[in-house]
Amino acid sequence: MEMSQYLEVFIEESKEHLQNCNERLLDLEKNPSDLSIVNDIFRSAHTLKGMSATMGYEDLASLTHQMENVLDAIRNQKISVTPETLDVVFEATDDLEAMVFSIADGGDGKRDVATVVEKLKLIEKGESPAISQGAKEVAATLAPDAPRELKGEYDEFEYTVLQQSIEQGFQTYEITIELREDCLLKAARVFMVFEVIEKLGEVIKSTPSVDQLEEEQFDQEFTVTIVSKEPMSDIQSKVMKVSEVDRVDIHPISIEQLRPTTETISEPIIQEVVLTEEVKIEEPVKQEEQKKQTSVKQASNKTIRVNIERLDILMNLFEELVIDRGRLEQISRDLNNSELHETVERMSRISGDLQNIILNMRMVPVETVFNRFPRMVRQLARDLGKKINLEIVGAETELDRTVIDEIGDPLVHLIRNALDHGVETPEIRRAKGKSEEGTVILKAFHSGNHVFIELSDDGAGINRDRVLNKALKNGIITEQTAATLTDKQVYELIFASGFSTAEKISDVSGRGVGLDVVKNTIESLGGTVSIDSKEGEGSVFSVQLPLTLSIISVMLVEIQKEKYAIPLSSIIETAIVKKEDILNAHNQKVIDFRGKVVPLLFLKDIFEVPVFEEEDEFFSVIIVRKGDKMAGLVVDSFIGQQEVVLKSLGNYLTNVFAISGATILGDGQVALIVDCNALIK
Amino acid sequence: MSETSVADLKLIIFQLKGKEYAIPVSKVRSIEKVQHITRVPSSSHFVKGVINLRGVVTPIIDLRSRFGIEEEAYSDSTRVIIVTLEDMEVGLIVDAANDVLDVQTEAIEPQPEVVGTEEANYISGVVKVGKRLMILLDLEMVLNPEEVKATQGIEG
Repeated sequence: MEMSQYLEVFIEESKEHLQNCNERLLDLEKNPSDLSIVNDIFRSAHTLKGMSATMGYEDLASLTHQMENVLDAIRNQKISVTPETLDVVFEATDDLEAMVFSIADGGDGKRDVATVVEKLKLIEKGESPAISQGAKEVAATLAPDAPRELKGEYDEFEYTVLQQSIEQGFQTYEITIELREDCLLKAARVFMVFEVIEKLGEVIKSTPSVDQLEEEQFDQEFTVTIVSKEPMSDIQSKVMKVSEVDRVDIHPISIEQLRPTTETISEPIIQEVVLTEEVKIEEPVKQEEQKKQTSVKQASNKTIRVNIERLDILMNLFEELVIDRGRLEQISRDLNNSELHETVERMSRISGDLQNIILNMRMVPVETVFNRFPRMVRQLARDLGKKINLEIVGAETELDRTVIDEIGDPLVHLIRNALDHGVETPEIRRAKGKSEEGTVILKAFHSGNHVFIELSDDGAGINRDRVLNKALKNGIITEQTAATLTDKQVYELIFASGFSTAEKISDVSGRGVGLDVVKNTIESLGGTVSIDSKEGEGSVFSVQLPLTLSIISVMLVEIQKEKYAIPLSSIIETAIVKKEDILNAHNQKVIDFRGKVVPLLFLKDIFEVPVFEEEDEFFSVIIVRKGDKMAGLVVDSFIGQQEVVLKSLGNYLTNVFAISGATILGDGQVALIVDCNALIK
Repeated sequence: MSETSVADLKLIIFQLKGKEYAIPVSKVRSIEKVQHITRVPSSSHFVKGVINLRGVVTPIIDLRSRFGIEEEAYSDSTRVIIVTLEDMEVGLIVDAANDVLDVQTEAIEPQPEVVGTEEANYISGVVKVGKRLMILLDLEMVLNPEEVKATQGIEG
């Protein structure tokens, strides 16, 4: 069968299910007794098994199958949840993930999983016989026909109805009806069966659903759950009277069977009362929860999956439109025709709205990056012998997909760094009078045109002297400069390449190559990273990112006959400066800007612009900044502010100094975008 | 060579200072008239800048200056040949481009040994059709990115 068209869906859904497994496993670790979580994991694993078997990925299916067995055993309380068990399940999930990723990369999804499978089997066998026997005995006393598995799975509502019926003295039965193989009008027979049953009692549930039965979407057999006061044999014989019915199996069901996973099962008689009471109390809450779940489901039904590529194409097409919009605006200004003017203005407004929508469509919650961190932190904390609680705030904050794709690795580096160098071991923490468990908070939030991601820990903080010594030793700074640096500048040093503050090099956060890579990656995204720290109390790493990368606001300036664009994000303000206000300091022209000495950079000289006319008495200066540092860019004139589409210079011209890209202006010409970060050292 | 000897090669013929040069048509995306070129600062001397080629920012090389021939003001016949090589798209400024030729691959001869100019490095062969002699360019050498970087002046 041709599977390739389903492959994409398969990979996406598998990833989702695995993510769900991971998340729920972490939950389970926190509440080992909550078996509803196990059910959740089981469902995900089960779906995954089914899908991978259908797609022909045997290894994936068989490993999932083993994992499912263990989960089933946990669900049925044959084995208890211990960290060791979870480790193995986590390991299995990792393997599954690796296989899915290999499939996504065009591989065959094969992987040697023998050891994990072996471990899973051991756990599965390692059941304590006393418990399982006990459970069986209980089942036997309560339901004579049991143990047998229920055909249907009941949701909370159905369960409540069944339970209340039993309390009111009704009997509940599960009837399995098999039609004759040569039955022609199956739907008609089903209808007749239902007619009979509905006279006898009330139908609670049918598997497959009534709709599916009416459309004959079943083989020969279907199962109906009813509540009734009629004796079992009567029901059976009455249903058998419907022609073409081959066989009718009828079984009574008890509450315990409905909920074989409820903990109270091991001590039957006394706890049965407790159980019903418990359920009563929990009911409103549970129903509410269920409502929430259904509403979430409905919401998700209204979304569709769109291939990222198509969104990229849409974005590209829109960028073309933005360029033409600029052109139209210019033409209409030149022609000064009021009707044209109006139309162009309308079009500008509409395309502005369109731009918002398209940009929004590409927005992805940072959750997609954040959700792999709890797993990572758990593993790292265990490896390092530390106790760490990771809190995630604002995971719903949205960022452009291109940023999301790039931001994962730098964040991993930062988190590893915080865990390894920031948070202390439990012993040290106790000695310092802190709680043994360190807290790491990962927080994302919007502010203006930027998204901030902050990572704070309550660990040791940064030791100024140690950083300075290290920097001196590694030749990053000199003695003279060391004394003049502010605390913040000292902290920035740990982003310098070739720097590692950990006394011993650990394999967790690497050899000091990590943090300068972090800085570079974030800066290449047009963002910044800064540190704040208090020794003994912890550090805060703050990453500032632009909302989107493709359309930016710029200030257009003219230098002689050339036009350049300067991103608004790095501009503080513009100023006109008189020639005599310019001071000289060490061959560097500076100005006094609001009490600060700001060096001037003459773009004309830096970009070697051919000079046609001489400068006049006044300079147009754009004050830009990079972090704390400022500079004044001297240009000839300001043209104005504009939204432009960022384009690359292509693969032939790479690494042009102080130019981050290009854009196409309204008149069809190309203007270069100035990279202010490269200009300020 | 013997296997492909029957196959035709389509060549775009262009002029530089009276001489005729050739590029395989498969490498040529389009031929444009000279339009406004935005200078890119601190790039190699032969990189004239970038143009807006239907929404794509495309770098432009002046072949005269690439080959060390004295530059000349652009005229009506000056053309920009947009060529593609791997994932690069670059425009080449030439004096004129007005011919497409079908040649047999056997008409291509290896480059003559002694040629003293800089352009010798960029020649992959010589095409002889009748009395016409055309120089077949080695685009990979012409667009060698290493050389672009090496001649790029970086300053602060």
